[in-house]
Amino acid sequence: MNCELKIGKYEFKSRMFVGTGKYSSFGIMKEALESSGTDCVTVAVRRVNLTDKTKESLLDYIDPKRYKILPNTAGCYTVDEAIRTARLAREVGLSDMIKLEVIGDEKTLYPDLNGLIEATKALVKEGFTVLPYTSDDLVTALRLEDAGAACVMPLGAPIGSGLGITSPMNIQIIISRLKVPVIVDAGVGTASDIAVAMELGADGVLLNTGIALAKDPVNMAKAMRLACEAGRLAYLSGRIAKKYFVAEPSSPLEAGLLRPAPMPQIIKNKK
Amino acid sequence: MRLFINGNQKEFPEPSSGGLTVKSLLNALKLKPEAMAFELNLEIVPKKDYDSRLLKEGDKIEIISFVGGG
Repeated sequence: MNCELKIGKYEFKSRMFVGTGKYSSFGIMKEALESSGTDCVTVAVRRVNLTDKTKESLLDYIDPKRYKILPNTAGCYTVDEAIRTARLAREVGLSDMIKLEVIGDEKTLYPDLNGLIEATKALVKEGFTVLPYTSDDLVTALRLEDAGAACVMPLGAPIGSGLGITSPMNIQIIISRLKVPVIVDAGVGTASDIAVAMELGADGVLLNTGIALAKDPVNMAKAMRLACEAGRLAYLSGRIAKKYFVAEPSSPLEAGLLRPAPMPQIIKNKK
Repeated sequence: MRLFINGNQKEFPEPSSGGLTVKSLLNALKLKPEAMAFELNLEIVPKKDYDSRLLKEGDKIEIISFVGGG
């Protein structure tokens, strides 16, 4: 396999991880995931529907041979809840990766950073491959790396907000200092947000709402796939420096056909 | 016997011999023991124990799988 990205012992050919929530139908979800080119999808951990057996289930539409499954601990506000959810997720038997969320605020869904670090330490000890959803704070990212996280996943903007990369500087600082991969997770609204993240040097992006709630999720997924590849290639190609307040012409300065000779001095009283 | 399953109270007849195992409960619920997790009184029951672990009156059970999420 052409390995683009390695997280822990897992290898991925796509730098985009895509969520499975909020789609208008499982059919659209399946097409959008194919269109995105991803080989890793996130899922939530919830009770089986016991009342309506005819209802379709997510796993009828996700082929575990094609997609690596990344369960999340969405909805967990405490360390204990997150650990319990992670253990249940692993017991389902499809993955020992965990997208670790310990939420600190219900309105913004910002992470509880202390809880996140504590839960990361505990789950790393139990052998999980931990991918923590975190803020764009450098110190927390470093603590998560020290705690054994397989990567760090700083948010670009609040989950589902579509605001893109609200602090490119913070994301860049994190990328420049961490040894583990950095995956921008949350806030992606459109394709260019992904290109921006990849041009900053991110190792990947994770998104759900930006595709699922787009008017045309299948084509948005395709646009995002292209943006991810474009952004990564631009990053690897070494962009020019930003120059403020001066221009540097692209065309030659030497006198040529189109550059006029200096104006002659008007000599007074010439006869 | 009365069991709490996924937040709901349910009555299950106790089998005449032995007792009600996790496996027999799953059969009664028409659930396959694949791609799911079984939690009994906040403790995960490993799949290898489904045939042997017995349920008792008042047990709190969570049957968990994956749903869509980001």
